[in-house]
Amino acid sequence: MDWTGAAISILKAFVVFFMVLNLVPVLVWAERRGSAFIQHRLGPNRVNIFGITLFGLVQPLADVVKFMFKEEYVPAHANRAFYLLAPVMLLVPATMTFAVIPLADTLVLGGRTIHMQVANLNIGILYVFALGSLSVYGIVMAGWASNNKFAFLGGIRSSAQMISYELALGLSVVGILMIYGAVQLGEIVNGQGELLFGVIPKWGVVTQPLAFVLFTIAVFAEANRLPFDLPEAENELVVGYHTEYSAMKFALFFMAEYMAMVTGAMLIVTLFFGGWQIPWVSSEALRAAVGPIPAALLQLGSFSAKMVFFLWFFIWVRWTLPRFRYDQLMDFGWKIVLPLALANVFVTALVLYFGQGLLS
Amino acid sequence: MSWIPDTIDPQDVVVVRGDDTLVSSNPDAWWKQFYLPAVAGGLAVTLRNMIVNLFNRKGMPTIEYPEERRDYGHRFRGRHYLKKRPSGEPRCVACMMCATACPADCIYIVGAEHPDPEIEKYPVRFDIDGLRCIMCGYCVDACPEDAIAMTKEYEWASYDREDFIWDKEYLLNWRDEKEVDDGYQPFEGDIDKYRMSRGNL
Repeated sequence: MDWTGAAISILKAFVVFFMVLNLVPVLVWAERRGSAFIQHRLGPNRVNIFGITLFGLVQPLADVVKFMFKEEYVPAHANRAFYLLAPVMLLVPATMTFAVIPLADTLVLGGRTIHMQVANLNIGILYVFALGSLSVYGIVMAGWASNNKFAFLGGIRSSAQMISYELALGLSVVGILMIYGAVQLGEIVNGQGELLFGVIPKWGVVTQPLAFVLFTIAVFAEANRLPFDLPEAENELVVGYHTEYSAMKFALFFMAEYMAMVTGAMLIVTLFFGGWQIPWVSSEALRAAVGPIPAALLQLGSFSAKMVFFLWFFIWVRWTLPRFRYDQLMDFGWKIVLPLALANVFVTALVLYFGQGLLS
Repeated sequence: MSWIPDTIDPQDVVVVRGDDTLVSSNPDAWWKQFYLPAVAGGLAVTLRNMIVNLFNRKGMPTIEYPEERRDYGHRFRGRHYLKKRPSGEPRCVACMMCATACPADCIYIVGAEHPDPEIEKYPVRFDIDGLRCIMCGYCVDACPEDAIAMTKEYEWASYDREDFIWDKEYLLNWRDEKEVDDGYQPFEGDIDKYRMSRGNL
């Protein structure tokens, strides 16, 4: 048995898992402080450890402690089994999605090829979509099992929203899959390393600008973020599907929401912004210049920088745009985003068929 | 004067606001149906706000309360105190004017004969129920002896309701323990003359 290989796999899984898990409190901090500064407020800056506030970064720590020690309360009218299962059903797919995202170019060390992703699945993007659509079950289950009208409405809205935007999400990526000729995310990223006309990086956003816009919209809807946060809609539904949840169970929902955000940002970067590619610097040139491990770290840095930008974009949009109305959301999803995604697929196919030499 | 462009599209929306006429182009224009330019405009606004606030934190309206305090006016009606005579006794003569004027009926006074013939009476008890008090300041206005006044003290949270019933000793002495500015004070000078000048007698 290949013990080293197994150890490397486990290590990769742990590193990615903890990276994403630790992103959540940082994101909460960015959300609260960022929104505060957007709205002329200061945001949380009081919690400290021996006077160290770290610009409010200690606040998430205090929040975690609070979540841990709060009373675990299950309402008497709830369906206990499903009520307890729902947060798990939501969190597990959210934590599994990161497995296929390539964080850097394949590393060759001592004759061993290490893929810088937890699992190099050949179905790639399909795996992400499969797990992404699983997350709706957790939300619907939470809404149903809570036996509360607000939670129930949140669950209904969530399922309707997810179904509407799942299609657009999948269709908007089809163009990318056609251009780079792969569903494996690693190969899609490799394809984006080339240069278009010798000057512009052949990133997805350059070759498929419309798909980028549609995909971003659909990802916002999938992650239940404003302007598509109808399942939560605090001013109408209290907090929607997790109204009846408290303590750590609520924290799991919270974590799942932010992890969905991280997934979204990672997917946007991987599919449309060249993943770990550093523009105009090819992987081979980088390896020759600084050696394999620093090159991989630089690429990881490039990926992280792009990802952080999109995470900020999620937060930024949340504090700018108001929420859609339910019917507007459906109209927008079915009558605008979906036809545009289909048209994009059609036009891309035509261009690829008749103008083979144009894009390469 | 109003600014009106030479050509107004029949579809344009014209808003007249005071002297300014604003012409906004047709909200149903085809290019506005995409909303993305408007979204980008909104994003620019929020980002500008954030960056301005990030680099100009002193310019933000937030008052960080325990360290920073709002500067209230000198007529702020906070917690009452009883003024003392030079001897340390209350100036109050237990005339019940304040208790009568009080619309919330929160002042309870028990008067008694004072040994000094110069002073008619003095309060044996003088209680104010801080939870009933509406901080109107009528007691200060009513007092003929300038014996009661108010401060700028507004931090009187407590875990017990009993703590809000301030007795005579407390009202006389609490300012020795806590430094706090004077708030609403009795009018100095001829009040009738002042009222005449204001036209309300």
